[in-house]
This record gives sequence, C-alpha cells and structure tokens, in this order.
Amino acid sequence: MAKRSHVTTTINGDEYEFLCEPDQSLVDVLRNELELTGTKEGCSTGDCGACSISLEGELVCSCLVLGVEADGKEIETIEGMAPSADELHPLQRHFLEINGLQCGICTPGILVAAKALLEKNPDPTETEIRFWLAGNLCRCTGYDKIIRSVQSAAAEMRGG
Amino acid sequence: MDDVRYEAPESPDVAVSLLAQAGSEGKVFAGGTDVMVQVHAELIEPGIIVDIKNIPGTIGVSESDGSYTFGAATPGMALIDDEGFASTWPGIIDGVALIGSIQVKGRASVGGNLCNASPAADSTPAMIAAGAICNIVGPDGSREAPVEDIVTGPGKTSLAAGEIIISFTMPKRSPHSGDAYLRLTPRTEMDIAVVGAGVNITLDDDGNCVSARVSLGAVAPTPLLVSEAADALIGTKVDDAALAKMGEACSAACNPISDKRGSKEYRIKTASVIAQRAAKIALERAREN
Repeated sequence: MAKRSHVTTTINGDEYEFLCEPDQSLVDVLRNELELTGTKEGCSTGDCGACSISLEGELVCSCLVLGVEADGKEIETIEGMAPSADELHPLQRHFLEINGLQCGICTPGILVAAKALLEKNPDPTETEIRFWLAGNLCRCTGYDKIIRSVQSAAAEMRGG
Repeated sequence: MDDVRYEAPESPDVAVSLLAQAGSEGKVFAGGTDVMVQVHAELIEPGIIVDIKNIPGTIGVSESDGSYTFGAATPGMALIDDEGFASTWPGIIDGVALIGSIQVKGRASVGGNLCNASPAADSTPAMIAAGAICNIVGPDGSREAPVEDIVTGPGKTSLAAGEIIISFTMPKRSPHSGDAYLRLTPRTEMDIAVVGAGVNITLDDDGNCVSARVSLGAVAPTPLLVSEAADALIGTKVDDAALAKMGEACSAACNPISDKRGSKEYRIKTASVIAQRAAKIALERAREN
C-alpha cells in the first residue's frame, strides 16, 4: 500500500481534511472518503462531465484531478449550490419546473457547468449553451429540456 | 499494485532530479487530462508522479518587448481568456479551443498536449506554425528547442529522462501577420482530428507574403512542418494559384494511416483543402493588423 497523503482543503466554504492514495482521483475522494456523493462518476476519462466541479473557480472534471492536488485549494460541488436547505438555486428550480432531467445522473454535473457558464456569460445564446455543455453527456438524451432550463434560469437570474 | 509517489516540488532542480532518478518510472503531471486517463486504464503505471505546476514559470502568460512567454502547464482556458495573447496568436487559440470540453480545457495545457505526443494534437501544428520555442530544463541544465523538434513518434518525444518543458516563448509579431488552425473531424465538437492544419503568414505593406510557416497534424506519425507548402506562399499575394500550390505540397508531405476516422487517401486529399482554408483565415487576420 502506498503512503497515504494528508490533505486539507476547502469545499463549499467548509474546511475538510482527508487521507488519500497518491493516485486517487478527486471524484473518488469526494464520494468515498468525504461522502459528498452529489458529484457523480460516469466515464472516469473526462468525456461525460458527470463529475464536474469548480476547482479554484475553474470548471473541471474531478475524475481528471488528483485528490492530493486539492491541498490548500477551494472547491465547489453540487452540495454547495443551493443557498440554504429550504431554497434551491434558480438553475435547480428551473431544471425541476421544466423537467430538465430524466434519470438524473448527469444533472449535478450539468448544473455545476451551467452555473459556471452563467457566471461568465449571464445571457448566452442557445448555441453558446450547447457548446459550453458539450462536455456534459446526458445518457437519456434530454438535451432540449436541459437547454430550455438553462435559458429560463438565466432569464430569471438577469431579472427578466 | 506497486507503490506510487506524488511530488509537487517548487524547485525545477528537484523535479528534474526526481524524474532523472525515476527514468521510465517517472511521469510529468500538469493538467492530468491525459495522465489520469492513462493511469485509470492501466496503460501506464508510474512509480512517481511529478506535478510541475508549483514550479515558477509553468503557469501564466507574460509579455515582454512584444514577445509572449507562457507556462507549459497553463490551462487552455487561461490562454483563451488572455485577451492580449488571444488577439496576437488567434491560430494557437483556434487549436487550444478544440481540445476537449470546457472542463478539459480548464486543466489541459499546451505543454501536455505537446508531450503526450499524439500525431493529432490540436495545439501542436498551431505552435509549430507560430514558430514557438520550448524552454526546457534538465539534468544538463537549460536548453531551448523549436516545438517541431519535440515529437518523434506517437507517444514519443525527443526529451531526455528528467527533461521538462517549463514554458514556451513566441517570436515577436510583425505587422500584417496572422495565423490560423483548422481541423477536419466527423463531429463538430469533442473529436480527434482527421487532418489538422496550422498556417502562419506575414505580409508586407503591399500585401505580398514575406514569410510563412505551414504545419500539418494527424497525417503522419508526428506533426509536420511543411517548408515546401510555406515556399509556395512566400513572394505571392496568397492568391488562388499560390494556395493551390501550397495545398499540393501539403498532400505530398502526408504519410498517414487509415483508421475509423478516415482513410489514408481521404487524409491526403483533405489535407490540401483544410490547409488552404486555414491559410485564407490566416490571410484575413494578417490583413487586419
């Protein structure tokens, strides 16, 4: 067994400490060491986007990040998206209202990716949304309602 | 499984020495978008992973006296978002923008794309066409090498054990210069090039091409610098006749394989088409500045 590394990191504003293997992926750490199972593991090769998180403000696939790299970094996951236990983020609400999900496995990654898009571009065109979300695969192929949900949430967030 | 170590030294000398000692057991780690996949698939089983991102100079973009230098591990999104760099080297941005999804570009770097040494790497032909120079550290000290000298075959580079590309330095940009990279893929997004072409040209005040570099990807075991294609443009107005001649030179330089994305014959034929289209974009950009 390889020597486990001690890592201190900030996730959704809270400090976490964990031990991990040198080659353990961050998604594996989130799910299996920290029980933050909102982030899903799909392909493990960076193709499907189910494990999307924000690392130091950058949208990344947590399957392509090492757990040890999280040391001293700021991470945001789907668990930090809703402002409180009683209130959903507008993206989460519009995905529910417009049925922007079917089986739901891809949804946390898509919500995290869509949030990153709207922070950068509050008024994206449909084409811009589709290109931005090209790294998030929906096995149920519910893409149209996903796009509508993002557009609808964006409009509300712009105050429209 | 054997023990694997992870080190993220701040000192380039420590990184070089760790890698030199490890030999074939050592793996340089930047954005991880290739290494993580290869480790997961057990294509590689490194004894030590050396993360180079804490080494000064490996991340970030700077400009000095009209010449840009950027860290080899700088994520693609940071290059895309750097307005000065992106407007000076739009062809490199064309290539970087095609590397994977937004998530992948949040980590993947030009240095990683180069050292992974895929013949189809999207940023490499653009970097070769641009005339970028690698700043390398290694057991014998520092050296520089043009990007076209790095890849020697699929997955193979000319870097010696312990050598690390720290950064890239771009030449100064002359007025009336433009570059572009285009690729042909079956899908529009998230695919691997069947043919890629990077073209970089400089015009004089009368619109004559005074210098050019043309590079092709995915049509040979390594990315190619095709000097015959550049020669077909130099001294011309980059008119249709010159472009056709450049295209012929590109097709002649191809030595491709056939695979599920395209046959050998298809790649040879379309290399000419894609290179001509890239040259037209580079020409438009050159005329604009």
